[in-house]
Amino acid sequence: MVSSVLSRETGAEAASRRESYIEAYRWMLLARTLDDKFASLYRAGKLQGGVFLGRGQEALSVAAGLALRKGDVFAPLIRDLAGRLAFGEPVVDAVRTYYGSALGPMRGRDGNVHRGRPREGLLPMISHLGAMISVVNGVLFARRMKGVAGTVGVASIGDGATSTGSFHEAINQAAVEKLPLVLVIANNQYAYSTFTDRQFACQALVDKAPGYGVTGWTVNGTDLADCLDVLTSAVARARGGGGPQLVEAHLLRLCGHGEHDDAGYVDPRLKSSEMGRDCLKVAEEFLLKQDWAGRDQLQHWRGESIEKVDQTVAQVQREAGPDPYREDWCALASKHLSEPHPS
Amino acid sequence: MSATYLEAIREAQARALAEDPRVFIYGQDVGAFGGAFKATKNLAKEFPGRVIDAPISEDAIVGLAVGAAIDGLRPIVEMQFADFSIVGFNQIVNQAATLFWRTHVPCPITFRLPCGGTSGSGPFHSQSLETVYAHYPGLVVMTPATVEDAYGMLLAAVTLEDPVIFCEHKLLYYHLKADKLPTEALPVGKARIARVGRDLTIVTYSAMLHEALVVAEELAGEGTEVEVVDLRTVKPLDTDTVMASVARTGRLLAVGESWPWGGVTAEIVARVTSEGFNLLDAPPQRLNAKDTPVPFHPNLWKAHRPTAGTIAAAARNLVRM
Repeated sequence: MVSSVLSRETGAEAASRRESYIEAYRWMLLARTLDDKFASLYRAGKLQGGVFLGRGQEALSVAAGLALRKGDVFAPLIRDLAGRLAFGEPVVDAVRTYYGSALGPMRGRDGNVHRGRPREGLLPMISHLGAMISVVNGVLFARRMKGVAGTVGVASIGDGATSTGSFHEAINQAAVEKLPLVLVIANNQYAYSTFTDRQFACQALVDKAPGYGVTGWTVNGTDLADCLDVLTSAVARARGGGGPQLVEAHLLRLCGHGEHDDAGYVDPRLKSSEMGRDCLKVAEEFLLKQDWAGRDQLQHWRGESIEKVDQTVAQVQREAGPDPYREDWCALASKHLSEPHPS
Repeated sequence: MSATYLEAIREAQARALAEDPRVFIYGQDVGAFGGAFKATKNLAKEFPGRVIDAPISEDAIVGLAVGAAIDGLRPIVEMQFADFSIVGFNQIVNQAATLFWRTHVPCPITFRLPCGGTSGSGPFHSQSLETVYAHYPGLVVMTPATVEDAYGMLLAAVTLEDPVIFCEHKLLYYHLKADKLPTEALPVGKARIARVGRDLTIVTYSAMLHEALVVAEELAGEGTEVEVVDLRTVKPLDTDTVMASVARTGRLLAVGESWPWGGVTAEIVARVTSEGFNLLDAPPQRLNAKDTPVPFHPNLWKAHRPTAGTIAAAARNLVRM
C-alpha cells in the first residue's frame, strides 16, 4: 500500500508524509518510554491500582490522535497513551493521575487511565468502555446543535467492547444522527484473557459496519504507515460529512491486560506471526530503511524521551497526595444540596 | 389558566426551551408524536430541532445527554417509563453522576421518569425508582406531589448544574389540577408541611402524599391530628423539617410507594431514630409497597401499594402505641 502511494505522490507530498511519520514515531516512542516507566514503577510498588500499557498498539493509537485536531473529541481506551499525547495530553497529566496527585486533572479522585479534560475534548473513560461511544456522540450532537461545523470525534474501543449493548446502541445512534464519529476498534485478539472466538462469531468486526449503515475500514495495526493512511482518511471522511466510520485494526496486545497479568494465555503462534510484530520496532526499521533517520538519530530521540519521562516522574514524586481532611466530599456541583455526612 | 400535573410538566418544558437556548429534549417518541403521555405535545413544532426522537436505546440516550452536557447544553431526557431507565442505569449512575466528582465539569441533565403504579400497568410500567437512584452519590432526586411542584421543580431541575432524577407520578398526570401555575417555588431540597397536626407525623412524597392527606382528614374525625410532611425532594432529604415535625408530634410514620427493602422510608426512620431518639414517644413505623413485582390486576395492584386504608390502619396503630 505504501509503495503504491509513493509512486503517485509529488515531492512535497513525500516530504509531508515523512514528517508525519517521524512525528508519529516520536509520540509512539515517548508513549512506550512512559509506559515502560509506569511498568517498572508498578513492579517497584510505587504505584497504587492497576497499570495498563499500550505496548503493540501505539501505531494505531498515535494515528488516531494525530488525525484529530484542536476542538475535536477523543475518548481513548486504556492502551491509548500514544494517541493521548499526540492529541495534546501533557505527560504530566498521565503521571499525576497514576500517582493520584492532587494537582492532576482527576485530583486523586480517579486514577491511572481514567483521566481526561472533558472541556478540552479529552473524555475520561469509565471502566464500562462501550459507554464512552455515545458520550462522544453527545458532544458531536451538541456541536451540530450549536452550529459548530467540522468537529470529529474518535471513540476507541477493543474487540471486547463490541460485545456490549452500549456499542450497539451508540453506533446505531451515530448512524441515525449521521454524526462525524470515527469508532476505532483495536482488535488485539484478547479481551483480558478471552480470545476472539469466545467474543464474536462474525468473520471480521468490520463486517458489522454495513449492518449499521456506516463506512467500514480495515487497517494493519502493526504498520504505522497504514495506520496513518487509514485513520487520516477515515477522519477526513467523517469531517467531510460522510457520517460515522468504523475502523477495525488487526494487532496483538504485547503485554498483559494490566501489569498484574502475565498473559500466559496468549497463543505463541500469534506472537510469532506478523500480527505479533512490535509496531515500534517495525516503524524504526522503516525509518532506517527509508533513510528518514539513522541509528544515532533514533538513539537521540530515545534519550530525549527518557529525559522527559524521568524529569516528569521526579517532579510528580515530590508532589503531595490529596489530603482527605481538605477534601470536600461533595459529589454535587450544587454544594448547597449536598447531603450531610454523619460524623 | 387551570393546569393538570401533566400540563404543568409540558408547560415547564416549554418555558425552559423558550428561556434557554441550551435546553433540548431527547427521548423516545417525544417529537411530532408528543410523547407516550403527551408531556411534550406540540413542543417539536414550537421548538424545531430541539425536541428530538431517539432510538430505543436508553444507554445511548443518556450517553448522548452526558456528551451534550459536557459541551454546555442542558438536555432533558424523557424516559418513556421509569422502568426503562434501568437500561440506561449504567450511564446515569456511573457516567452522569460521577462526572463532576471526577473532573469538576458539571453534568446538568434532567431525567424525567414517569413513575409509580397505575391500575393494569403491570410489573414493567409501574416502578418507583427514587430509592435506587437516591442511593448513588452525584444525583438529585425530585418527587413532586403537586401540580405546582411539578412545574416549579422541573424548572429548577433544568437550571441545576447536576443530574436530576425527576420522578413524575403517572397517577397524578390527569387527575391532579391546579387553578394556575405558580410564579414562585420553594427552594430545591426543602420539604413542606402539607397539613399541620400534633399527634402523629406522616412523612411521604409523590402520589402517597394524597393518600396521606385523605388519612389525615379521616383521622381528624376520630380526634387524631396528623401532620403530613411532603418531602418534595428525597435527595437531598430535608431532615430538619422531618425532625422538627417529629419533635412536635412524637410519632413517625414514613410512607413510600417503592419497595420496602432499604430506601427512602428506611432512611427517614434511621435518621429520626439516630438523631432524634429522645423525641419519639413510640417506635417509628414505615409503610411501603409489598416486596414483589408490581402486579397487573387492579385487585392485586391496589393491595400491593400503600393506600389510604393501610396508611390509616398503620397510623391508628401507631397512635395507640
